[in-house]
Amino acid sequence: MTAIAGKQRTRPQPRRIYARPVATTGFWSWFTTIDHKRIGILYGVTATTFFVIGGIEALLIRTQLVAPNGQILDENLYNQIFTMHGLTMIFFAVMPLSSAFFNYLLPLMIGAKDVAFPRLNAFSYWVFLASGLFLYSSIFFSGMPDGGWFNYAPLNFFGPDPGGLHSGSTQAAAQIHQARMLYYSLGLQIAGIASLASAVNFIVTILNMRAPGMTLMRMPVFVWMTFVTSFLLLFAMPVIAIALWQLMLQVRYGAPFFDPGAGGDPILWQHMFWLFGHPEVYILILPAFGIVSEIIPTFARKPIFGYAAMVFAGIAIGFLGWGVWAHHMFTVGLGPVANTAFSLTTMLIAVPTGVKIFNWIGTLWGGHLRFRTPMLFAIGLVGMFTIGGLSGVTHAVVPHDTQQQDTYYIVAHFHYVLFGGAIFGLFGGLYYWWPKIFGWMLDDRIGKVHFWLMLIGFNLAFGPMHILGLHGMPRRIWRYDAGMGWDLWNLVSTIGAFVIAASIVIFFANVAISRSRRIEAGNDPWDARTLEWLTTSPPPADNFKEVPVVASRDELWHRKYAGEDGTQPVRVPAGAAQNHDDHDDHDGHGEHHPLPSYYPTITALGMPIAAYGMFFEGPGQIILLTIGAAVMLFGIFGWVFEPSAE
Amino acid sequence: MADKEGPPHPGVAQYVEIGVILAVLTGIEVSMYIFRDALSRAITTPTLLVLTAMKFLLVVLWFMHLRFDHKMFRRVFFFGVVLATVVFGIVGANFYLGGIGF
Amino acid sequence: MAAEIHAAQPESHATTLGVSNEKLGMWVFIGSECLFFGAMIATYLLYVGRANDGPTPRTIFDIPFTSVSTFILLMSSLGMVLALAAVQAGDMRRFRVWILATALLGGTFLSGQFYEFTVFVAEGMKLETSPFTSAFFMLTSFHGLHVAIGILMLVSLWAASMGGRITEQRSEVVENVGLYWHFVDIVWILIFTVIYLIPVG
Repeated sequence: MTAIAGKQRTRPQPRRIYARPVATTGFWSWFTTIDHKRIGILYGVTATTFFVIGGIEALLIRTQLVAPNGQILDENLYNQIFTMHGLTMIFFAVMPLSSAFFNYLLPLMIGAKDVAFPRLNAFSYWVFLASGLFLYSSIFFSGMPDGGWFNYAPLNFFGPDPGGLHSGSTQAAAQIHQARMLYYSLGLQIAGIASLASAVNFIVTILNMRAPGMTLMRMPVFVWMTFVTSFLLLFAMPVIAIALWQLMLQVRYGAPFFDPGAGGDPILWQHMFWLFGHPEVYILILPAFGIVSEIIPTFARKPIFGYAAMVFAGIAIGFLGWGVWAHHMFTVGLGPVANTAFSLTTMLIAVPTGVKIFNWIGTLWGGHLRFRTPMLFAIGLVGMFTIGGLSGVTHAVVPHDTQQQDTYYIVAHFHYVLFGGAIFGLFGGLYYWWPKIFGWMLDDRIGKVHFWLMLIGFNLAFGPMHILGLHGMPRRIWRYDAGMGWDLWNLVSTIGAFVIAASIVIFFANVAISRSRRIEAGNDPWDARTLEWLTTSPPPADNFKEVPVVASRDELWHRKYAGEDGTQPVRVPAGAAQNHDDHDDHDGHGEHHPLPSYYPTITALGMPIAAYGMFFEGPGQIILLTIGAAVMLFGIFGWVFEPSAE
Repeated sequence: MADKEGPPHPGVAQYVEIGVILAVLTGIEVSMYIFRDALSRAITTPTLLVLTAMKFLLVVLWFMHLRFDHKMFRRVFFFGVVLATVVFGIVGANFYLGGIGF
Repeated sequence: MAAEIHAAQPESHATTLGVSNEKLGMWVFIGSECLFFGAMIATYLLYVGRANDGPTPRTIFDIPFTSVSTFILLMSSLGMVLALAAVQAGDMRRFRVWILATALLGGTFLSGQFYEFTVFVAEGMKLETSPFTSAFFMLTSFHGLHVAIGILMLVSLWAASMGGRITEQRSEVVENVGLYWHFVDIVWILIFTVIYLIPVG
């Protein structure tokens, strides 16, 4: 990364308290960067770290359950570990890893220099990091949240030990429980703000910052999936925010939102949670779908089969995803009308999903296939997600779901779609875009070992869970008795988990070995189709030496293989003045280069400070809330009055 | 600066006019309360909802300029409104009409 | 002076839709706020009948008082558009008058809310009294918080204008703050009817 040229200032500086950071290299520059590529890397590294932590939690779970009457974890610790495993994997691993790809690739794929609001982008990252650290800081105090990631009422306000048997007294138990619930609700609130800000940022970027000629129907499928995901985030995060505030008010101040003893309804929590939670699972999978939609065409040397269908299927999933939430609540007593309606909508949503599966297969069909590591992960997603999708369709049948609900069959389903789907897709993306991001290739043979080991371990770990579920093994139990008939498959599953762990170790070994070898990647090592491969690896600070003018979908492919020269002039979408890109390279007047800033980082810092205030009473609470608010206000005012570019 | 050529941009006079209309509508709403004993709920409730919708639209379309601006703003905003109404309408319907509620 | 204007201008280069990023961003954010307030209004409607032998809408609400504060907030929206019209016409003095008037009207509304809450609490209506009271206080408090943040922004605009940072060319920030302010007003339009008038009538 080079320092920004053109620092000569011909104009007087605005009034400032201290000098604005200008460095774009060096350790401290990472704290003030607003460059989407660096922010993407920050997300990627942080998310991978949390993925490993979540994986360790998984190994603890599987070790506890490898045999009957496990002695590794007691019920108190087990509940915390499985709760944090879910929260970590969803909020701190998969979502931010997807965000890493959105951040890095989105501007490149649409031919933009950065996202619409670079400082807001940085803010999102620091807020996300703050939320993860805040949530995990609970280890040192009350212990981690322990009600499951979905945290149902009334458990979420009574706690697991209302009689105080474990903690010595009802007061102690209540206090511990209250604290754990505060970590849960406040931690996720803070994380939600990061996601919401990102959603606004990406939506505006996609609508408003495309290169000339890049119409919506010429955008890569990955960009479309980013778009749909961002809308899902935009509308789903507010709902969970309300649910979390209601939980916090219930737990901290006794507001009877969910307490049936005081007129509240525990089902309200489920509605609020799943109104968010179902769109959330599409938020988790659509990015991986987008990644796979870029990988497969490249390694099949064919355009994506049925581009328009892929786009509209993605949009349909986004729409329909709002109409299926109560399929998580079939056994709660909503009544036959609701159950039937949601059963139908759930079956319906399998259709656009199926369209995508068929179109990926259609892309492979007749293509000139190269089975490099990214392609293996992509095909892995298609296969494993299909299995998970099929078990999902069985859930749509209400009587069948009544049998499956709260058993390991459900655990099998969502791991097939989230691990076999999202994680495989994300690893595929890592292998695919690694050369673009870092400039050197990951070793393909080691990558293949990683893939096969992961595929085998994954199926060993989660395949048997279907059987365990149908044999009646409930979810969320910390141990089971001998003689239930569950021993064999639990053993197999645990072995699978450790095989997965081994494959992750191999991935990190690949990174280390490949780094030391440093095989230069060049601009376009895979002979790919989209604009990010047009520029250098890694890209320069403002992405493209000249903003590309786009004449078709798969613009890069057409430039390489069209036969005729370059691009023809195209009708430019309304408002994107063509003459402007002539001025793009001139420093100074025509172009504003966004500069680094302290303020997003500072503003983000205020949130956990205020959040810790909620654990206290009286003056302690007021002081922390005030300091947190003051830090945020200072950051926001500084941000608003600081020009984004100079 | 806020909009280009197109439908006429409301001037100060028109804004004040809308302000007066809003005040009048609020007055009618309040009279639904004042005369609540004389009027049945079947009259007051729908009237209130209609009046509220009118006020809502007046502010959104004129004060917030949505009527004159790029259609993307309209789409994003009304999508949010419709989505909220539909999903929470379903929750409400289930609470009051279905299931084995309390 | 010209440098500051130039430097702080929202990105003026061409955009795909021909609208500014900031304005589009504000509308997108407002879209999400529909779900935020929608969830709270829905919760209230589910719980309005669950008063646990405590205060009910009929026994506790002071409709005449709330009508006045509703009217005040509504007029603040008028103030906001007049402020915007002023800045777009280049009349900075008139802009500052109206933006301050808007902030003052908003502040009056907020004081009314605060007063209303103290009366309710004194009459035995607390957050934890019943699902009805919890839902009511949560919704109206979050709305009040949004009003407070809005007032902060309005006063900041006033201060920025005093410092010469708002001009006819650089007026879009006023428009964007206005969008936020009007939205907060619309939410109250809904709240007044759905939370106060209909349950009491």
